[in-house]
Parts: sequence; C-alpha cells; structure tokens
Amino acid sequence: MSLREGLDRLMTGTSGNLARAVAGNKKALTGLTLLLIFAFMAIFPGLLAHDNPNAEIYPRSAAPSASHLLGTTSYGQDIFSQWVFGTRESLFLAIVVGGLATVLSVLIGVTAAYRGGVVDVALSLFTDVFLVIPAFPLVVVIAAYSKNGGNSILIAVLVVTGWSYGARQLRSQALSLRNRDFLAAARVRGERQWRIIVFEILPTMTSLIVANFLGAAVYAVLAAAGLQFIGLGNPDGMSWGTMLFWAENNEALQAGSPLWAIMPGIAIAALGGAFALLNYAFDEIGNPSLRPVRRARG
Amino acid sequence: MKYVLRRLGFFVVTLWACLTINFVVPRLMPGNPAIAMMARFKGRVNGSVLHALEIAFGVNTQQSEISQYFSYLGNTFRGHFGVSLTFFPETVAQVVRSAIFWTLGLVGLTTVLAFVLGTLIGMVSGWRRGSKIDSILPPIFVITSAFPYFFVALLSLLLFSITWHWLPSGFGYDNTDTIGWTWSYISDVLVHAILPALTILVTSIGGWILTMRNNMISTLAEDYVQMAKGKGLSPLRVMLNYAGRNAILPNLTGFAMSLGFVVSGAILVEFVFSYPGLGYMLLEGVQNEDYALMQTLFLLITVAVLVAVLAVDFVTLALDPRTRSQT
Repeated sequence: MSLREGLDRLMTGTSGNLARAVAGNKKALTGLTLLLIFAFMAIFPGLLAHDNPNAEIYPRSAAPSASHLLGTTSYGQDIFSQWVFGTRESLFLAIVVGGLATVLSVLIGVTAAYRGGVVDVALSLFTDVFLVIPAFPLVVVIAAYSKNGGNSILIAVLVVTGWSYGARQLRSQALSLRNRDFLAAARVRGERQWRIIVFEILPTMTSLIVANFLGAAVYAVLAAAGLQFIGLGNPDGMSWGTMLFWAENNEALQAGSPLWAIMPGIAIAALGGAFALLNYAFDEIGNPSLRPVRRARG
Repeated sequence: MKYVLRRLGFFVVTLWACLTINFVVPRLMPGNPAIAMMARFKGRVNGSVLHALEIAFGVNTQQSEISQYFSYLGNTFRGHFGVSLTFFPETVAQVVRSAIFWTLGLVGLTTVLAFVLGTLIGMVSGWRRGSKIDSILPPIFVITSAFPYFFVALLSLLLFSITWHWLPSGFGYDNTDTIGWTWSYISDVLVHAILPALTILVTSIGGWILTMRNNMISTLAEDYVQMAKGKGLSPLRVMLNYAGRNAILPNLTGFAMSLGFVVSGAILVEFVFSYPGLGYMLLEGVQNEDYALMQTLFLLITVAVLVAVLAVDFVTLALDPRTRSQT
C-alpha cells in the first residue's frame, strides 16, 4: 500500500474527497509529513534524545560529535536534546493559538455577516481596526507588562492579535452565503438562529475555516518565537524561541557554536512552512484555477 | 468624496483605539508594573513631568479615571510623551526623533521596494504562466517568505558578516565616522543597511508575488483582456493597462493589511542588527522596563502604518474608477 493510498484510507468516510485532494497535492503532502514528524518529536521526545535538555553537565561549547550530535551550548547542555524537547511547547502554542483565534474569527466574522446592519458595521470596523494595528509592537508592550506571566498570557495576547484576518475572510464568505436558498429554507422551517449558523452555515465553510486555522497557526509560530527570542516568553519553558534567546545572549554565532542558534531557527521556519504549505494547498484545492498547469502527458 | 471621508474616519477611529489601548493596558495589569518604573524616577524628575507620567500610567494620582484619560489624550497630542528611563535625561520625544529616520529609511524604502518588485514579478509570472520565470521565482520566494524575519537576519549575519567578513555586523554606521554629508559617511550608512534591507526584502516579497500572480491569472480570463488582445494591442500594453491595472487592486488592499506584519518583522531585524531605529529602541525599552518609551513607540509605529494605509487608499482612488464614482 503506497503512502497515498494509506492516507486515502485513513481519511475516507466523512471527508474522502478532501483526503484524496490532500494526497494528490505535493504541497499538502510535504506540509503534512513535516507536521507529523514534529508531532512525533513533541509527543515522544525521549525516544529521540536521551540527554536531559537542561542538565549543564557536558563539556562547554563542544563541536558536534557522536555523543552530542549538534554539539553543546556554552553552559554545557546538549543542543540536540534541547532542540527535540523544544518541539512540544512550540507546537502546542501554534495549535492552541491557531484554534482559539479561529474560534474568535468564526464568532465575529460569521455573526457580522449573518446579522448584518448595525451589528455588521460595528463588528467589521472592530475587525479592521485590529487588522491594521501592527500586532507585534502591541504584543511586545503587553508582554512586557506581564513579564514572567507564563504561557497563558502569551496565548491570550497572541489570540487577541491574531484573529482579525480570519474574521474578515470568513465574513465575506458568509456574506455570499446569506441569500442562498438552503438558508431561506431553514429560516422558513423556523430554525433558531444559532442552529442555522452552527449546522447550516459553518459546514459549508469548513475549508475556509481550516485554512484560517493554518494561517493563524503560522502567525502563532512566528510571533511566539519572536517574543521568546527577545526574552518575553516563559523563562522556565523549553522551546525553540527560548533556545534562540539564550544563544543570542551568549553570542553563539560569534563564539563558534552557530548550531545553537541555527537549529531552532530552522525548526521554526520548517514548522511555520509546514502550516503555510498546507494553507497554500488548501487554496489550490478550493480554487482549481490556481493549480499548477499540467504539462501534456507524453 | 464619500470614500475619502470614510477612510479618514477609519484613520481617526484606529488612532483613538490605539491611544485607548495605551491608556488601559497599564491599568489592567495586576500590580501595575509601571509603579516600579515610577519608583526609579523618584528624585530624578519633578513638577509637571512627574505629573504627566503619573497621569499616563495611573500611579499616585488623585484625579478620576476619566479626567486622567482626557489629560493623557491632551498630553499625547501636544507631543508630551514623558521622559525615557533608558536614555535619561532625554525625553521620549528626543529619543524617537533620533530613531525615526533610520527606520523610515530602512523599513520604509525596503517595504515599498519589496511591494513594487514583488508586484512586477507576480504580474509577469501570471502573464507568462508556466514559463521559466513562473516556475522559478514564485516558488523560491514563497519558501523564503515562510522563514521568520529574525532567522533570516541571523543567518545572513552569520554568513556575510561573521564567516566571510563582507559586510559590517550591526549598527547604522561606523562609530569612527563623523556624521555629516560626506561621502565616507553616506557610503558607510549604505553599507550598513545592505544586510537588514536584503533580509526584509527577501522575507516580505513572496506574499506580494503570490497574490499578484493569482490575481493576474483570474483577471486574464476576463472578457476585456481577451478583447484587448483581439484588437491587436501590444502585449506589454495589455499586460500593464488591462490585466495588471485591475489585478493590482486586491494587492493594494493586501498591502495595507500586511504592512503591520512587515513592520513587526522589521522590529526583530533591527534588533538582530542593532540598527538604531524604532524597533531597536522598542526592545531597549523592554529590557529596561521603560514603559513610557515602549508605549510611545507602539503609538508611533501604528501612526506610521496608518499613514501608509491612507496613502495606499489615495493610490487606489487614482487607479480604481469605482471608488470615485460613489457620490
């Protein structure tokens, strides 16, 4: 059974078409594979790395060797181990922030479109204001006030600054659905408003909601790493951004242990890239005119 | 006219929202950390300066919240941002004035350049879909744009500055230079700007290419483009005036929306290169718990983005007749 068939079988049933589309798209497959690797690293870090990531017991600033695949930090910690154990927090933040931000976008975007009138004007204005305010300086200011507040503050700040783009997109799609016959039928049947939104409108928007989750997750990966990098993350945490912070503080690049900074950077780029690839793939699946032109088969 | 008024109204509302966020945030935080900052000012500032800081951060003041709010708005509009703790005894306004040109020069120019270049590449690759240009440039830049700004910055710092010693590793100019309109100073500034500018360019250009390419592809299917081709107009003219002019409109809106994102990334680029702009000052402020400086910079960066958005609105007005026809 090939990988593609396996994926097909795995996901047939509720969304068989979607699974086939994902399996047939190179970008989607690459993104999904990367994501699965990171998920494995996040769930079973101990299987890959045997050293305690915090223990400062090895020779300092050692070059890569068989016992330390990526060398050691200038505190004498194993870089490979830190790198593997850092996956969990980074992936966790991406998924939680992506999920919560998507819920918020759905709530605000779909409500605005469905209610229309003054509610729509107010919510749209609210969305646009949040969209234009540069998120990162705001995040920095709030995080600086709540220093050492742990991950819950970080999550709250990233959700508050990360929902607006999705809300705008969802609103415009919900707007185009508003006058469809099946919604009129539901209204005539006397369905309640929240039932119409949850059971009639949301299922038709699944692909856009998924795309939004992916977009918000990319934002979360990059913004969280940026905050951790400048020292505003959870100081006790073990994440790629925090690794970068310590590497930068100890001038790892100049001091001859560049892998200390490069490896977490690559991981952040790859995780962000995995979500982004899936997102582009969803765009192509939803909008066939964007797919790469097929060459005539010879 | 209605369009212009609506956009100006949006400008005012967003500005007000930012001012209010600035006022509310220190008051919402448990144990108001600004109190610690005020304690460090003790005995160093007095009179009206101290009073203004107390109002801005809600520390030690007898006034009601509402009158604090209006005093704060008044102080901000008169440019009284308080004193910087990091660069004491300089005022925040002085610190900002010295930093703003670096950021405008670096981030402003690079962003516009990335947008123009990206839109052009996207236009051409959408026009010549499946060609060499289309199969090489967009995929490369889409991948580079998934990289975090600060990672690209670190990487280019490592390669071009530390390993190969081609370019300076940080700061806006060489300390040994005298500042002035001399050739050695200007060339020095330019050399120091190359790495940060390339970093911002490489990471921000992908988005413009991709959206422009996709807009172009949908626009090319329109009847008026077919007709322009059928009339025998030169391909360049069809590409620029018929397809390109229409395809660029969503990209312009996208520019306004993504600007905040680019500016956010640029802050970290300035940090990595110790480039003496607003973003670097912001993070200096964070390290010294200098809330007056941080909040002013947040406000200023937002205003800069808002002005750029307004400028884009006026460009849209010139390019899109539909925005003008509404009365």
